[in-house]
Amino acid sequence: MSEIELQHVHKVFGPDRDRSLALLREGRTRDDVARETGGVAAVIDANLTIERGEVFVVMGLSGSGKSTLVRMINRLLEPSSGRVIVGGTDITDLGPKELRELRSARISMVFQHFALLPHRTVLDNAAWGLEAAKVPAGERRERARDALATVGLADREGAYPGELSGGMQQRVGLARALATDADILLMDEAFSALDPLIRREMQDQLLDLQEALGKTIVFITHDLNEAMRIGDRIAVMKDGRIVQVGTAEDILQDPANDYVASFVQDVDRSRVLTASSVMEPPVATLGPQEGPRAAMRLMREHQLSGIYAVGPHRRLRGAVLDDAATSAARSGMQIDEILVRDFPRVAPDAPLVELFAPAAVSPIPLAVVDDDERLLGVIPRVTLLAALAGDNGTNSKADADG
Amino acid sequence: MADLPRVPVGRWVDSTVDWLTEHLDLVFDVISDVLKWLTDQLESLLLWPPALVLVALLAAFAWWIRGRWFAVFTALAFALVESMELWEATMSSLSLVAVASVVAISVGVPVGIAAARNDVVSRVVRPALDFMQTMPSFVYLIPAIVFFGLGEVPGVVATVVFAMPPSVRLTELGIRQVDPEVVEAGHAFGSPPLQILTRIQVPLAMSTIMAGVNQVIMLALSMVVIAGIVGAGGVGSVVFGGITRLDVGRGFEGGLAIVVLAIFLDRTTSAVSERAARRTATS
Repeated sequence: MSEIELQHVHKVFGPDRDRSLALLREGRTRDDVARETGGVAAVIDANLTIERGEVFVVMGLSGSGKSTLVRMINRLLEPSSGRVIVGGTDITDLGPKELRELRSARISMVFQHFALLPHRTVLDNAAWGLEAAKVPAGERRERARDALATVGLADREGAYPGELSGGMQQRVGLARALATDADILLMDEAFSALDPLIRREMQDQLLDLQEALGKTIVFITHDLNEAMRIGDRIAVMKDGRIVQVGTAEDILQDPANDYVASFVQDVDRSRVLTASSVMEPPVATLGPQEGPRAAMRLMREHQLSGIYAVGPHRRLRGAVLDDAATSAARSGMQIDEILVRDFPRVAPDAPLVELFAPAAVSPIPLAVVDDDERLLGVIPRVTLLAALAGDNGTNSKADADG
Repeated sequence: MADLPRVPVGRWVDSTVDWLTEHLDLVFDVISDVLKWLTDQLESLLLWPPALVLVALLAAFAWWIRGRWFAVFTALAFALVESMELWEATMSSLSLVAVASVVAISVGVPVGIAAARNDVVSRVVRPALDFMQTMPSFVYLIPAIVFFGLGEVPGVVATVVFAMPPSVRLTELGIRQVDPEVVEAGHAFGSPPLQILTRIQVPLAMSTIMAGVNQVIMLALSMVVIAGIVGAGGVGSVVFGGITRLDVGRGFEGGLAIVVLAIFLDRTTSAVSERAARRTATS
């Protein structure tokens, strides 16, 4: 079910808005509007449907209108025209009181520079939204404490924001947003002000939280890698218009226009592509009934230095290496005695970036296994490298054109 | 050369003042009574304990707000005032300054808040403040005497007018300087406007507002001697007496008492401002 819907939403700033809007409806550009009316067209004809429980990323460079767009979802900015529908209710015409209720109960927000109150403790900051909703003091503290525990800051409730690191401050910002139990979380460049390492950590934490809480998250970023890492779907904005909406792989593989293509050219594929998208079927596996001699034969036939042994239902039993198989065949040992069980396995949804370390130490192609240890495929080192270079069929039009 | 017609600014002001005295007599009487009552009460409160007891209390306060050395200074400086036989005059001036400052601040801060929230108010208020501050302070004494007669009340009123501008200006500045993202966060969580003002904007602007309060008090002190001219009493009269009788020594002693008051008030109010700044520091 759709949680947020934008229908033909425009936002223009400056003089003579009606004329600016009329120009935009005729299909004129941002520059035309600036020249003819002196107005600024921040968002032009935005149409979006955001599903309940999804992480929806709005991506664009600064000035692309993404911050303006998200601020119209809770009406921190009034749409100049068009409708904003939240949970089935048109919020465009809400009065001040209903609007405050909507903001304190249904939509909360996390800010780029944290926007905490420096004179209040972490606990009181986390309770801010509940205070606005007039929740009694006791319950307020309890819920704020729960939210702080959720983000891992239970032991810092008495501290002041100035005493915390940037990452911790943003956790307080996140706790403040979670404390109100709003279904919708607007995150405006929430991690952009953090160091890269902390940013990664926060992204991971957000994804973990999302798994547990299932909020509808609208996340704004100018960082494509971040967008691809956390977004279920991504909207790319340019000059006030939404130019493409789709999943990370959609946008990588099939960019809507040259702008998106040039944008994704530099994307870190190792973070977007997953093990399942590059894995190959194993050229050979050792069946349940086969022994060391069969293993030697298979390895010789396919010129392998190791082979995976599977049980019933392709359940992975272990790996057999060539030298072990040779000596076992000579001395008449059983296959179970020479099985290597301690080798790296990866999950199908692991991003490529997490495969380098295991691939580097594994003498044989990486095994991709599901939760039941079933062998889904393998990733030879050369496949991994080819995928990163964009040679595995997922290359964008830009690569093809250029 | 053609003569420029005389614009009778002075006559207009005169007739305005006449009209005001005639029609708003009652209002001025009430203001006069209230201000007189307030200064008298405060003065008798300050003079109620023996001078050295109050000196000890002030020193204790100084210790609490700033530390040991400020306490030592306070004790010695106010003891000197007492030994120069200026204690009563100084306490009288202190109560005048205190009442004038409280009135100036309780008008100035709300006006500053209004100016910060509304550009029209800001545009109207700014030139009025410039006018209030640049008009020589003596000039305020003339209508003040007309409205309120001689004594401490015209002194208080002239002081209020002269000392108010910094509290308006710095309140406006402080509130406008509050990080807009924090204010936006207030709105984003559905806080009503009054909550945003009292729990976000004013606390975050507090150190700047307090700097304005400090300025108000300093300007009020600078009016003490001028207020002495219209018979407001206190150290102002001592200094003014020193001037008329060319009594350098007595004039200097009076001046020294004002300096003691000034240092004490400045150091205490700026300590409050610094505390507020420390509380709202972001890192």
